[in-house]
Parts: sequence; C-alpha cells; structure tokens
Amino acid sequence: MDIKLSTVVGQILPKEKAKHHLGKNIISDKQFILYALFTIAGLIAAIFVNHFFPQIADVKIKKYDVNFLGLFPAKLNITEAYSIVLWLIILIYAGVGVYSWFDNDRRKKFVKRAPFRFACGIALAVWDILGTKTLILPQPFFPGPSRILEAPLMEGGYIFENILYSLRLFTAGFVSGVVLGIVTGVLIGWFPKVYYWVSPVLKITGVIPAVAWMPFALTLFPTPFLAAVFLIVICAWFPVAYLTAQGISSTQKVYYEVAKTLGARTPYLVFRVAIPNALPQIFTGISTANAFAFTTLVISEMMGQPGGLGYYINASRVWSAYYKVFAAIIIMAILFSLIMRGIGMIQSWMLRWQRGIVK
Amino acid sequence: MSEPALIEIKNVFRTYIDTNDNKVEALNDVSLSIQKGEFVSIIGSSGCGKTTLLRLLAGLDAPNMGSLTIDGHEIKNPDPERGYVFQQGSLFPWLTVEKNIASGLKARGVYKKQKADVAQYIELIGLKGFEKAYPHQISGGMAQRVAIARALINRPTALLLDEPMGALDSFTRADLQDKLLELWKEYKTTMILVTHDVDEAIYLSDRIVIMTPRPGKISEILDVKLPRPRNRADVEFSVLRSKILEKLHLASAKQAPEYEI
Repeated sequence: MDIKLSTVVGQILPKEKAKHHLGKNIISDKQFILYALFTIAGLIAAIFVNHFFPQIADVKIKKYDVNFLGLFPAKLNITEAYSIVLWLIILIYAGVGVYSWFDNDRRKKFVKRAPFRFACGIALAVWDILGTKTLILPQPFFPGPSRILEAPLMEGGYIFENILYSLRLFTAGFVSGVVLGIVTGVLIGWFPKVYYWVSPVLKITGVIPAVAWMPFALTLFPTPFLAAVFLIVICAWFPVAYLTAQGISSTQKVYYEVAKTLGARTPYLVFRVAIPNALPQIFTGISTANAFAFTTLVISEMMGQPGGLGYYINASRVWSAYYKVFAAIIIMAILFSLIMRGIGMIQSWMLRWQRGIVK
Repeated sequence: MSEPALIEIKNVFRTYIDTNDNKVEALNDVSLSIQKGEFVSIIGSSGCGKTTLLRLLAGLDAPNMGSLTIDGHEIKNPDPERGYVFQQGSLFPWLTVEKNIASGLKARGVYKKQKADVAQYIELIGLKGFEKAYPHQISGGMAQRVAIARALINRPTALLLDEPMGALDSFTRADLQDKLLELWKEYKTTMILVTHDVDEAIYLSDRIVIMTPRPGKISEILDVKLPRPRNRADVEFSVLRSKILEKLHLASAKQAPEYEI
C-alpha cells in the first residue's frame, strides 16, 4: 500500500527532474564540452588582445601596491589586474560548467547562455582595443576596462567603505519601509475606518517621488543619514502599503467563514488568513519598492550624504575621474542584482505553495 | 425518540434582498428537530433555502424570526462544536494537507496539546503520503476529505455538510459517501447534509427533509428505514427514489428540475 501511494505522490507532485524525459534534446558530453569551450573562447580572445595587441596610444601604466584580504601582498599594474579578472571570470564559468555537467536541465541552461557569454568576451576585447590600446574612444569619458580597474586598485578600501555606507543606508530604510508598509496595508485592508481616512492620504502622497521631500528631510532630521533613511522609508512604504491593502481586502469570504467555523478569533483571521492570502501582492509591492529604493538611495547620496556609492560617483565626477564613475556603476549593478536576487529567493520560498498554480 | 432533540429549529424565517432589489423569502416558518447521532439530509431544488438553513445552523447567518438551539443553548455565532464543510475550494491554498487539518486545532489554540491527532486524521481519511501536498496538487475528492477531517478534528457535536460532493465525479462521490458513513459510525457525530442528489440522500440518511422554494419551506420529512449497508440497485431503494423524485417534481413543477438522477 505504501509503495503504491508513493508512486501516486510521485505522479501528483512531479519532481523538477521529471520534465526533461519528455524533451528530446538531451545534450551529449561532446556537445557540452564544445559549448563550454565556446563560452570561454570570447574571454580567451580578450586575454589574447590584452597580452598581444600592441599598446599604440600613450597610456601611463602605474604599478600599485595591493594586499588582497591582507593575505597576498603584491605589486600590480592595471593590465595585469585586468587579465587576473578575466581569468577569474573564466574560472567561474568553468566552475558553472562542472556544476552543470551532472544534470541535463543545467546543461541546457549553460548551453543556452554560451553565445551571450562568448559575445561578452568579444565585447571586452573590442572595448580594450578602443578604450586602452588605441584610445579611439574620447577620453576621459570612456575609459577602457583595465582603466576602470584602476579605481579599486588605487582606493579599494575607500570604495569598500562607501559600499558599506550604501548598504547600511539601504537596509535601514528599506526594511523599515517594508515593515511600515505591511502594517499600514493590513490596517487599511482590515478596518474600513482606517481605509476611509488613510487611503486618500496614501494615494496623494504616494505618487510624489520621495526625493522631492529632500529639503524637508535634511532640515528635520539631525543627521543626513537619518534624512536619507526617511526618504527611502517613504518611497518603499507606499507601494508595499497599497498592495498589502489590496491583498487583504481581496481575501475570499469563504476562508474567513471556514476559520470562524473552526473556532478562530480575529487575530487568527488577520494573521493566518488575511496576511497569507495577501502575501503574493505584498511581494509585488516589495519588488516595486525595491526598485524605488535603489533610485532614492543613489539620488539622495548624490545630493547630500557624506558617503555611499552615489556620493563616490559625484565626488569622482568633480575630478573628471570617469573611470571611477564606471567602477561605481559596475559595483552597483552587481550589488543591486544580488539584493534583488535575494528578495526573489525569499519570495519564491514564501510563495512555494503557489508553484504550479501561477505560471 | 423520548430524549430531547439535540437541535431544535423553531419557526424560522429568513428574508433577504437580492441584487435586483427583490425580497426573497429564503426560509418561511421552518421547524425541525434533529436527534443526537442522527444522519439527516436536506434535499430540494436550488433556491429552496437549504443552504440558508445550514448557514443559520452554523451561526454564519442569523434568522429574522424564530430560534435555533443546540443542546438547549441558542446558536448565535460560529463555533467548532458545529463543524462546517463547504462546497468546494475551501482549503487554505497556502497550507499543506497536514497544516490545513491542523488549522482546525490552531484556530482554537489547542494545537500544541493535540498535535498527535493530525497524523491520526490523515490516516483516517486515507491520505497518508500526501501530508506535504498543497491543495492544488490533490484531486477534488481528496480535498473534500481534507475539509471533512479539518472540521472533524475539533470533535464537533454536529457536522454540517453543504453539498460537499456536488462537484465530484460519481465514482469519487460513492467513495466519499462510504467514507462519510464510516466516520459517522466511528465518531457518532450528528450529520446534517445538504444535497441535490436523491441517491446520495437515500444512501446516507436516517431521515430526508424535502424542501420547496419560493418561499423556502419544508414540504415533507421521510424516514429511511433500509438496513445498512444500502444497495442502490435495491427495489426498496428505487421505490423510495421514485417517491422523492415525484415529490420534488410536484414541489417545483413550474421550473426545470435541477437535481441529478
């Protein structure tokens, strides 16, 4: 009986793996190795260009003392640093390739991405030629890839401090904004009186870009840090509150009735029925708030903070150090993608019950 | 029948205004008493007020006039002593089978004490191995069994069932009917079942209450004295079926019949 049941379970709860037996494209070992080579070929080309393409333009290549993690003291110039980075990317792709080797679904994904990764390598090679080797691109606005690495080589510690400042600001503002938004949203969605009084205010103030409050924030709060936290809080608060309220009030009557016949009182109805039901919308609100918060974070750092990546961009711009601006932008791209990825992972875990209902 | 009845419904009226501003008399002077441990079916075409009556018994709705009592006290609010099984799609989609059943205990705040019951009820409804499945991953019949277990885990005096098998195919339905009888025998819960399926009513009940619409009232109460387990192909079964169908035809002669044969 047990065996039978578990087979049934297997049919009803298909494991991810079950899918690829239906699909006919199974990637053979040979194919996969070829694609792996294709993936890194672009980067190899970039390394090749970096080593063997003659340095036509007159670019001063300084050596810097670096001490990575305090473990590997070394003297590096930007060309060497650039090729180390290229090798690191190759290593990462190789790692991903090894990881993908054992599963056909992962193999497919890896193969699918190969042309793009190849193109990235080629783009780096071209950029290197135009931006460093020949200086065809107008300087100092469009520095080459190795030149951008000069920023972390020169002042890595300082950049790191600014990253930490941004992260602190973002975390403080975003987390309190989301919490405040959920609380407001639940109150609006649950109590008609609160809906009547608060939701018009929310609708009117919510559409104002948070940074418009900057002059007030800077005078009202004792420190610029708190002022920026305030701005991020209000920009995250609006979408979360709005969508939470929507989710709460869209709860089907039958769920409340079920809970009541089971003996539930109001706290159960709010926390175990209404909020779980609103969770998909709450997460839509959080994703929107996340995008707003990045914008507000960078703008407020550029306009009146003693630190942060936005501040770093602004300070570098003043000195026409565009390579530092690019460095900060690349760091932001990586950092913000990671944060979004993290939120996405929390979301898909919390909404795991939806898998299979929503596509 | 000398004992006082468990549930007393006395001269209940319930009127509501529909979306077209018409006054609808859902229940007109309805009286009924139900003994402890009895299996009663309420049957009738749609609009006869059978679901309204069940909702009043659950305490999800209140009568305009008349009284409903259980064990001598008046029914005012929903209470786990009266379990309710809804038509369909009433499981919390964000909870697994196991947690949906446990929600009966959690809602009352007794989960910690009676945790062990959950596994027992899963076993009882034959869903072992499906504990971690979400409602959309199981069939309609399984979902209704979970809904029944969720209500039963609170050990109700009476279980109110609102067409719990209405949306199921006939094989699943027959299966669930047997399960229901099994649970009824085991827990001696008073069962009140709203249905529009004549066979289902005869197969399960001690008594069948036939209701008629516009205004909703009880037209007849029939005792079913067939020995259990009942055979749907039995002659007496068929006789009773024709009798009820005839009553229902008479009861709603003006409109197209909606029950299934």
